[in-house]
Amino acid sequence: MSFEDRTSQLPDDQRVVITGIGLTSPNGHNLEMFRDSLLAGQSGVRKYNIRYVGDTLAGVCEFESTKYQSRRDMRRGTRAGTVGIWAASEAIQRSGIDWPNVDKSKVGIYIGVTEHGNVETENEIHSIKAYDYDTTYWSHHHNPRTVANNPAGEIALNMGITGPHYTIGAACAAGNAGIIQGVQMLRLHECDLAISGGVSESIHTFGIFASFKSQGALASHEDPSKASRPFDQTRNGIVVSEGACLYVLERLSDAKARSANIIAEVVSYAINTDATDFVLPNPERQAQCVNLALSRGCLTADHIDIVSTHATGTSSGDSQECIALRNVFQGCENIRFNNTKSFIGHAMGAAGALELAGNLPSFQDRVCHATINVDNLDPECALPGLVINQPQELPKVDYILNNSFGMLGINSVVIVRRF
Amino acid sequence: MTPAEIRDEILDILSEITPDEDLSGLDDDKSFREQLELDSMDFLDIVMELRKRHRVQIAEDEYGNLASMASTVTYLEPKMRDIVSA
Repeated sequence: MSFEDRTSQLPDDQRVVITGIGLTSPNGHNLEMFRDSLLAGQSGVRKYNIRYVGDTLAGVCEFESTKYQSRRDMRRGTRAGTVGIWAASEAIQRSGIDWPNVDKSKVGIYIGVTEHGNVETENEIHSIKAYDYDTTYWSHHHNPRTVANNPAGEIALNMGITGPHYTIGAACAAGNAGIIQGVQMLRLHECDLAISGGVSESIHTFGIFASFKSQGALASHEDPSKASRPFDQTRNGIVVSEGACLYVLERLSDAKARSANIIAEVVSYAINTDATDFVLPNPERQAQCVNLALSRGCLTADHIDIVSTHATGTSSGDSQECIALRNVFQGCENIRFNNTKSFIGHAMGAAGALELAGNLPSFQDRVCHATINVDNLDPECALPGLVINQPQELPKVDYILNNSFGMLGINSVVIVRRF
Repeated sequence: MTPAEIRDEILDILSEITPDEDLSGLDDDKSFREQLELDSMDFLDIVMELRKRHRVQIAEDEYGNLASMASTVTYLEPKMRDIVSA
C-alpha cells in the first residue's frame, strides 16, 4: 500500500496517528456501539424538557459516569468535565498505552467547545432567584466551573496530567479544532501524547435552545427520531445534543516504538474564516477551506472517498454547504457524502470529533454509513454520491474528509487516511 | 431545632457534599477533615447550605467552629434553636 500525499513523505516524528478513541454519543457510549447504531439507522434523539423552554428534543448521553469519576467530583465539576473525563479515560484505556508509566508532564489536552459556562451561570441565576437575587447565595463553585479551561482542566485533574491543557473555543467547528491543535503540538514536540477532540454539555443550557428557537432554527417533529433531517425538504432546524469524543494522538515514531494499534493517520487539515456574517455560512470560504486542506496534503478531490458533512438541518446551512461541496468535488464520481447529525443531532463542540469517529471503521469494513431521515431530498442538496437512508459498501476507503463549520464564520476540515 | 436535629441536618448536608462517603461511622469528636478529607471548598458548601436552608449566617472568622460534628452542633445550637424542624 503506497500513498502519494505529502504526509507520507514526512519523517515519522512529523506524522501523527490516532491510537485510541473514547466517546459518548446519544446513540452509543463507545465506538463499536456508535458505529453499530450508525449502520443500523438508530437515532439517539429523544424528548427532552428544560426550564423556561419546556418540551423540546435533544440528544442525551448515557454512560457509566462513575467508572472514572467520583460522585463528589461530579457534583463539584461540570457536565462538560464529566463527559470529557469519560472520553479521555476510555481513549487512553483503548490505546493500549502503559498509562501508569507515561510521563504525564508530556501529555497535552486539547478540547474543543462551542460554548462553556452558560450552564452554570444559568443555574446560579435560577438558584438565587429564590433569595431575591441576593448574590451572597451565589455558589463559590461558579468560577472554577465556568473558567474557559474547565473541561480540559477537569480531565487533567482527574487523570493527573501535568502537561499543557487547553480548551479551544471554535463554535461548532470545535471538535476538528481540538484535533488540529493536538496534531500541531505533537509536531512541535510540545507534548508526546495528545488527548484531542471536543465535548458538549449544551443540552443543559436553556439559552442555546431558546436562541435557536428565536432564530427559527430549533428542530421540531412529533417523532424525535425524525427531527434531525439534514438535506430533506422538510428539515426545520437543529436538534441540540451533548456528547464527547476524544482521540489519543501520537507521533508515528512513538506509536511504532510501542507497537501501538494505529487506527488512522491525520494527513491534513485547515481552518479559515468567512469574515462575512455572524451566523450565515459562506460557501466560497467553506470551499476554500476544503481546498486548502487538500492542497496542504498534496491531495486532490479525487483522493477523497468519504466526506462527512457538517450539515445541521437548517434550511440555509445545508444548501450552502452543498454549494461548497459541488464546487470542490464536481466530477468526482466515486466520492460519497454522509451526515451523522441525522442520527444524533448537533453535538456542538463534540460534533466534528464524533462525526469523524463514526466514519473511521470504514477503513476496515469499507462501508459508508448513511444520512437518515431523507424522505424528500431537497433538490438544492442533491449531491451525487449522497448516501441516503441505507449504508453503502464501497470498493475502497483510503481517505475521509471531515467538515465542521461554526458561527462567526469559522470553518474547519480534517483529512485522515487509512493506515 | 434540637442538637440531635441539627446533627441530622449537618449529616444530610455532608451526604450531599461527599456522596461517595459512608457517614454511618462518623466520630463526632474527630475533625471532618481527618475523616472525610474535606477541603476549603467543602467547608464553604456547609456554610452555603446552612445559609440557603435556614438563613443561618456564619462569619468568616467563625468557620473554625465547623471543624467537627461536636463543635459544629455546639456552635449552631444557639443560632438554630428557634428554627422549627421541617
